[in-house]
Amino acid sequence: MEDNVVLTARGISMTFPGVKALENVDFTLRKGEIHALMGENGAGKSTLIKCLTGINDFEAGEIRIDGIDGPVKNHSTRDAQNVGISTVYQEVNLCPNLSVAENLFIGREPMTKLHTIDRKSYNKRSQVIMDELGISVDVTQNLENYSLAIQQMVAIARAVDMDCKVLILDEPTSSLDDEEVEKLFVLMRKLRDKGVGIIFVTHFLEQVYSVCDRITVLRDGHFVGEYTVEELPRVKLVAAMMGKDLDDLAEIKKEGAENAINNPIEISAKGLSHTGTVKPFNLDIHKGEVVGVAGLLGSGRSELARAIYGADKANTGTLSVNGKDVKINQPIDAINLGMGMLPDDRKAEGIIADLSVRENIILALQARKGMFKPLSRAKQEELADEYIKLLQVKTPNREALIKQLSGGNQQKVILARWLATNPDFLILDEPTRGIDIGTKSEIQKLIVKLAGEGKSILFISSEISEMLRTCSRMAIMRDGEKVGELDRELTQENVMKAIAGGDTEK
Amino acid sequence: MKNGKLSWKKIKSWNLLLPVVALLLVMAVNIIYDIANGNNPLAFFTITLQQTTGNGTILYGRIIDILNRGSEAAILAIGMTLVVSSSAGTDISVGSVMSLCASFCCMLLAGYGVSSTSTLAVPLAVGVLGGILMGVVCGMFNGTLVAYFKIQPMVATLILFSAARAIGLLLCNDLIVYVRNGSYAFFGGFIGLLPTPLVITAICAVIITLLLKKTALGMFIQSVGINPKASRIAGLNSKRIIFLTYVLCGLFAGIAGIVASSRITSADSNNIGLYLEMDAILAVALGGNSLGGGKFSLAGSIIGAYTIQAITTTLYALGVSAAQAPVFKAVIVVIIVAIQSEPVRNYFKKASLAKKAKEVA
Ligand SMILES: Nc1ncnc2c1ncn2[C@@H]1O[C@H](COP(=O)(O)OP(=O)(O)OP(=O)(O)O)[C@@H](O)[C@H]1O
Ligand SMILES: [Mg+2]
Repeated sequence: MEDNVVLTARGISMTFPGVKALENVDFTLRKGEIHALMGENGAGKSTLIKCLTGINDFEAGEIRIDGIDGPVKNHSTRDAQNVGISTVYQEVNLCPNLSVAENLFIGREPMTKLHTIDRKSYNKRSQVIMDELGISVDVTQNLENYSLAIQQMVAIARAVDMDCKVLILDEPTSSLDDEEVEKLFVLMRKLRDKGVGIIFVTHFLEQVYSVCDRITVLRDGHFVGEYTVEELPRVKLVAAMMGKDLDDLAEIKKEGAENAINNPIEISAKGLSHTGTVKPFNLDIHKGEVVGVAGLLGSGRSELARAIYGADKANTGTLSVNGKDVKINQPIDAINLGMGMLPDDRKAEGIIADLSVRENIILALQARKGMFKPLSRAKQEELADEYIKLLQVKTPNREALIKQLSGGNQQKVILARWLATNPDFLILDEPTRGIDIGTKSEIQKLIVKLAGEGKSILFISSEISEMLRTCSRMAIMRDGEKVGELDRELTQENVMKAIAGGDTEK
Repeated sequence: MKNGKLSWKKIKSWNLLLPVVALLLVMAVNIIYDIANGNNPLAFFTITLQQTTGNGTILYGRIIDILNRGSEAAILAIGMTLVVSSSAGTDISVGSVMSLCASFCCMLLAGYGVSSTSTLAVPLAVGVLGGILMGVVCGMFNGTLVAYFKIQPMVATLILFSAARAIGLLLCNDLIVYVRNGSYAFFGGFIGLLPTPLVITAICAVIITLLLKKTALGMFIQSVGINPKASRIAGLNSKRIIFLTYVLCGLFAGIAGIVASSRITSADSNNIGLYLEMDAILAVALGGNSLGGGKFSLAGSIIGAYTIQAITTTLYALGVSAAQAPVFKAVIVVIIVAIQSEPVRNYFKKASLAKKAKEVA
């Protein structure tokens, strides 16, 4: 093995029933480098990572690790840890009903002399770890009390805190804000300088250019090439991933969106709140309008939407739809009023893992129609096929279980579920989370098109540029409170200023 | 070669593989036993026509006996499957509820305080429907506790597990009520050539299958069992669906109770449905269903229930006494359930992979 190489994978092949996920893939990781692993949804990135960490049994090829003679075959994440590979998987897989501290130390708890778990010491150490990352949490609280973004940070903290030669991060930034991303990058650079080799998967191209040294591109389970960052500017990277050039992203036109504010009001919230998550707020959304919700991590963006939809039942205030006061006790009430909500936590609140792609797509529509008015099988298949095509879902067929799809493709299926209900008001909480760059622009176009058809949309994203492209107005959240709205001069800078706490009240 | 491999894979992923293999195993034991004893090797499968005292003709044979005797467990297993799927828990009260329903039905038919009657106090249908309704009420009670009060299913159903049998005894004024009326014996007897309990099981299975498949109920139950949070966001009323599965489970317990009581034309509170909840739960597990909820196969559970009965009948045929039978039953069940468990399956998977690797090298 070359001197500075810490991990090599050669000729890796892996097949799932009906899918050749990897075919003869090579990968080389050097000491002290941050290596981006790039590819479209379903290209095989997560599969390759799971081969390295022993979750997947690959059928051909070999993996070698610096300091170990002969090929290495891991059989579990623990094996991988023992040879110095620490991993943050795409879907957060911590224990929601354990405390943050327990999650950080599970499997490697510090012991007292009496061989009992030393709670005090690990609570203290956990607090230090999280403080160092600049994340304000109470480590004795259960993990489920925190947002997906915080959970993602905890998963990262746990992986980083372990002594490792190789650190693998599979889309760790998918629900983080710029600020947390920057914190993560500082951490990654520090580890790189200590000689750790880091594999980094992301669908945000700018992140690649701000931290990575090298790029490996996969396409349809095949190795396309390995490049240094300098060799592969953005346009070429996209071309390598897609196998063709991308239409320009900035081409989205918000036709007529400026005038949407003059349309009748679809949704009007007055003094709506949910104890402990979001303080009373007023919000009007007009027909055909795309309203963004911007704010820092934990500012109550999702919570605002959940209070409207009844995911968290509002404690105070009134909501009216089309000028009529309504009472929403639970999501089905909202659905019956023509609403829909794509939640941000795909694994916990989105997918029904063991059901097929078809069933996952028609679920909400069927729920609205009710149990005794089943959609015919032919209708179900027609809908499923329609949306698989529209959103370019990569699946062997419509009867594949959703859990067998790649992360980004699962996301597309959940989006399809809501599009299939043809709602008048759609809440999209991080709709493009984990979706590749090509499809992302398609989805943004779709959102603008829906608004053009007179639908109202509440759009939440940690990526401000994405909201700027689609929204005509933004609600600004801070500390669980809606502090204002921006409807003119929507620029990155203005929005950043507003969410950080300038004077935005108008 | 390639083709053969593919079909083997298909067989391996067939979800009824386990229950069917278990059933085949039991049959094989019977054949071996018969051969060893110099009987007709197919004695187990032989079905003959027999004249009854009432001048009717019925089917007779070991298989028929198994299908007849296993029916209560099979009916219970239908309801249990739904409960397990939606709530990832088991309803341990079904045996006791059976007994309560039987007592209530017999009390209605005989009149309160009467210990033996040959004339019915109310029309047969009223008594039978009353008994079944009692099962539904018990199901509503369990369902309320589990779905709306969020009590662990095992704990919630423990209440009726211990109380239902006693309530039944109260209803019968501490007596064993006999309904010596030919019409009541019908549910545990024969209809034409076939045992009525088997026919009732088949009707239950067909109706519930239609309900699950022709409405969205089947998908909703599985969805709630797999991911209740996501189901709620998608517009399902998880609580109501879980509640409904417990009601259905109670309904089937009621039907099973009537069958069991009709067999002995009495309400023997202390013995009807005794330990039958265990058989029902086992049947679900044997059927290849995960007790962790989610996806389910009704056919698997029903085959599982009859497999358990086949094991019992076989053991008796082998001369194992009724007192010792549970020991052998336990051993067999341990083996079957272990084969199905994750570690064992992984072990075989790894072993076959290693073999493949060796072949390649
Ligand atoms: N458990 C599984 N069973 C069957 N097929 C699978 C399984 N896991 C992954 N696949 C398939 O393998 C292919 C590669 O998936 P993978 O998760 O590696 O994609 P990815 O590059 O990580 O995509 P994404 O950007 O969406 O996360 C996909 O076509 C997927 O459907
Ligand atoms: Mg992935």
